[in-house]
Amino acid sequence: MVSFNLLVFVALGYVALLFIVAFAAERRARLGQSGWLRSPIIYTLSLSIYCTAWTFYGAVGYAARSGLEFVTIYLGPTLVMVGWWLILRRLVRIGRAQRITSIADLISSRFGKSTQLGMIATVIAVVAATPYIALQLQSVTLSFAVFAEAGGQAWQGVDLNRAAIWVAVGLAIFTVLFGTRNLDANERHHGIVMAIAVEAVVKLLALLAVGIFVVWGIGGGPSAVLAQIDASPISKWDQSGGRWASLIFLSAAAFICLPRMFQVLVVENADETHLQTASWAFPLYLLLMSLFVIPIAVVGLNIMPAGANPDLFVLTVPLAMGQDGLAMLSFLGGFSSATSMVIVSTIALATMVSNHIVAPLWLNAGSGPGASISGDVRRVIVTARRLSIAGVLALGYLYYRLSGGGTALAAIGLVSFSGAVQVLPVLLGGIFWRGATRLGAVLGLLTGLIVWMWTLFLPSFGDAVFSTDVMINGPLGLSWLRPEALFGVAGLDPLVHGLLWSMLLNTGVFFVGSVLSFPTPLERLQGAQFVNVYADNAGARAWARSGAGAEDLLIMSQRILGGGEAQAIFQREAKAQGKDGFLPDVTPIFIEQLERELAGSVGAATAHAMIGQLTEGASVSVEDLIAVADEAAQIMEYSNQLEAKSAEQDRTARALRAANTKLTALSVQKDAFLSQISHELRTPMTSIRSFSEILRDMDMNPEEKERYAGIIHDEALRLTRLLDDLLDLSVLENGQVTLNQERGVLSDLIGRAVASAGASGRKIEISRKTAREAIALETDLDRLVQVFINLIANAAKYCDADQPALKIIVRQNDGQTSVDFVDNGSGISPEHQDVIFEKFARLADEKRAGGAGLGLAICREIMERLGGSIAYVPGQGGAAFRVTLPKAQSMAAS
Amino acid sequence: MSGPKERAVFLARATYRQRRLRDALRMLPVLGVVLWLFPLLWRGTGGTGIAVQYVFGVWVLLIVLAAALSRGLVPQAADEATEDTD
Repeated sequence: MVSFNLLVFVALGYVALLFIVAFAAERRARLGQSGWLRSPIIYTLSLSIYCTAWTFYGAVGYAARSGLEFVTIYLGPTLVMVGWWLILRRLVRIGRAQRITSIADLISSRFGKSTQLGMIATVIAVVAATPYIALQLQSVTLSFAVFAEAGGQAWQGVDLNRAAIWVAVGLAIFTVLFGTRNLDANERHHGIVMAIAVEAVVKLLALLAVGIFVVWGIGGGPSAVLAQIDASPISKWDQSGGRWASLIFLSAAAFICLPRMFQVLVVENADETHLQTASWAFPLYLLLMSLFVIPIAVVGLNIMPAGANPDLFVLTVPLAMGQDGLAMLSFLGGFSSATSMVIVSTIALATMVSNHIVAPLWLNAGSGPGASISGDVRRVIVTARRLSIAGVLALGYLYYRLSGGGTALAAIGLVSFSGAVQVLPVLLGGIFWRGATRLGAVLGLLTGLIVWMWTLFLPSFGDAVFSTDVMINGPLGLSWLRPEALFGVAGLDPLVHGLLWSMLLNTGVFFVGSVLSFPTPLERLQGAQFVNVYADNAGARAWARSGAGAEDLLIMSQRILGGGEAQAIFQREAKAQGKDGFLPDVTPIFIEQLERELAGSVGAATAHAMIGQLTEGASVSVEDLIAVADEAAQIMEYSNQLEAKSAEQDRTARALRAANTKLTALSVQKDAFLSQISHELRTPMTSIRSFSEILRDMDMNPEEKERYAGIIHDEALRLTRLLDDLLDLSVLENGQVTLNQERGVLSDLIGRAVASAGASGRKIEISRKTAREAIALETDLDRLVQVFINLIANAAKYCDADQPALKIIVRQNDGQTSVDFVDNGSGISPEHQDVIFEKFARLADEKRAGGAGLGLAICREIMERLGGSIAYVPGQGGAAFRVTLPKAQSMAAS
Repeated sequence: MSGPKERAVFLARATYRQRRLRDALRMLPVLGVVLWLFPLLWRGTGGTGIAVQYVFGVWVLLIVLAAALSRGLVPQAADEATEDTD
């Protein structure tokens, strides 16, 4: 028989070993040799705190009562782990990016660093975890009692209570020692993680040892045990589908939401890739932990006397078979399960309580200057944490005393689980849905908490809280409020019922509240950073301006992080900015980075509030966001304007270039024109001068005198005509001409022109069809006649036929009247056809012309003024000009 | 011709395999749920003994699959940022 004293001695020795392991790990970590402390195996083993004393002892009891249903508690976590890519990876990434310290911190940080939400989540966590801690105390004391009984001394209630107190105090000391040593930025506890890993191995080995002993030592091999299972009271497979599915969901959700699981999964995670190994290694651990549960239960039911507590079969079966060593190992396994869970759980809860309840209250109480003056924040936080650890354990002990410690372990465990998972909708909504808001989260959490308390937590106390009357008829006779048949949904399993309603209402209220409310700027920034955590967005800054001095910030940081670490951070930043010393420029980026560092110690909400006090509330506001948006809009508008302007300048430049080209061309034209004019003027002037000199200087007979005077007269006429033409052209070109609208008949006009042209120059035979010329016109008749005269005179002058003849053909097409002047000469060669309408465009035989070559140019100008046109028509057997009369006028006249 | 700068329509074979590996990882919990809810349809047939063997069998299968898939996974693949829109 194992003596009780030996047992206590072994237990103390085991605790001492854990102390040494934890201490050594801390030392190695401090020396920077944390290599294998952060291996994926250690990470996987640390997750084993999911398997508490409830697993170790309670699972067998559960199996003895309900058969295979116990396994659902491990199936849920397995699903979460093998599906790590979906949720855990995102959680871990967010946890690292935002320096998350606890699940309450995650929720508070996601919803705008809300103190209020942090408090609510903390309260839920504490309320839900308290029964669970009580459960661990109970299982340890019960296991002590088993040995005491085996040693011959039956324990009374007083002994149990005393043992529970000792266990609680011992755990508090261990946790305070290793859980609050450092307030380092990452909130990692190497010592504790290492101790937990050792405990994980111990409890797995213990349970496997008992299982192997039961199967091969007592049961007679696997097949024999299977046969025993089929013959046992739990052989019938009539699993309730609702409970099976609900429990898988519940355990999966709890695996993510339990504060202690969040602590080891996310906060203590050193490397994201550890998840990769843990994704299969931890399910394997769970499989091994539950592998022998049913055999132990079945064999225990067979060999133990009726009425024996199946929750303690893991201990009592080896004891009954006289295997003291195995029983001792089993005891240590159970002890490990209980202690590791309590330690991590209290650390997680204490962090939450100190960061989300004590620190905000202390900041408020310090009212006004707060963080920058009185007291050492670091000491306050650490003290708060130590007190919280003691407080949480005290609560657990209190619950243990109040509940009487008699209820089946598993039932308490499930109620506790369903309390913790009330955080799930807000958690998942927060990391996957940007639309989730603080108000929705607050309402959802409160709804979940209230419904859970009403349907599961309070009824778990039995008659002490709810009288039988309330349970059957509802409070005040309101039957739709019956705790186990809410809204008249009766007949469900109480756990399924409570879980269903709390999750439905929680999620529903959270969703509706989020959809209907509007988030603050900080919430939206945080929401974007959480949901888009993979797209490493530097994004918008939460700190718009920096009203804080670097020195104030350093003083505050030292109070939270401790001198060395704070100075290191400041020095690093100063160096990055290219400065010496410890005081970098206070940039928004630096403030944000510092806030993250602080958040790693005191939580996002507190860190934000403390920095907020120093920066005089210069946090980002709606106005800032709008200003930023405005600025961006302005910049965009400005650049648009610039673009428009530059396009306009381009256009102007092009126009200017074109104008310049045109001016240059015009200038060339003008020069050409001037030289042409000078030439045209000089020719007649030269003859006038020379003939007048001859007249003056020489004696001659009257005939000769008359002849020379005639030449001078002719040349003077030609000069006059040229000047007239130039004047005429200039007037026409400048558009200064006033048109003299008159009515007339085309035949008259042609008649006038023929007569006029015939009066001077060579004779030319003119043929016309007067009948077709009877077309009424309304236009400037004189100008039109001028064109006709010009054309007829040209024909007379230039037609090189022996018998010059000119046909005047009038046509009417589509109401358009055209007059063709076709002579019988050789016409105009193609290369000249283009230029004949230009000024001074005289063709080869200058002498015959007698004009300055302005005639056709004038004709063209006139026809344009009149709204008609004149063109050379090739291929008519001679030179052919077509005058097209303005349409409107000819129409109007007809 | 694999210009990695612009979003390619077709991926190189290795990247494609990575993407499908992640799809498989995402589906793994779904597979687990389906397989583990199956015993609920067994009304009347089979006993706890068979259910135990079935549930643990599925468990082993999931562990093996998770190990195999996680082994093949390149954790910090270069296309991390675009992974959600593959």
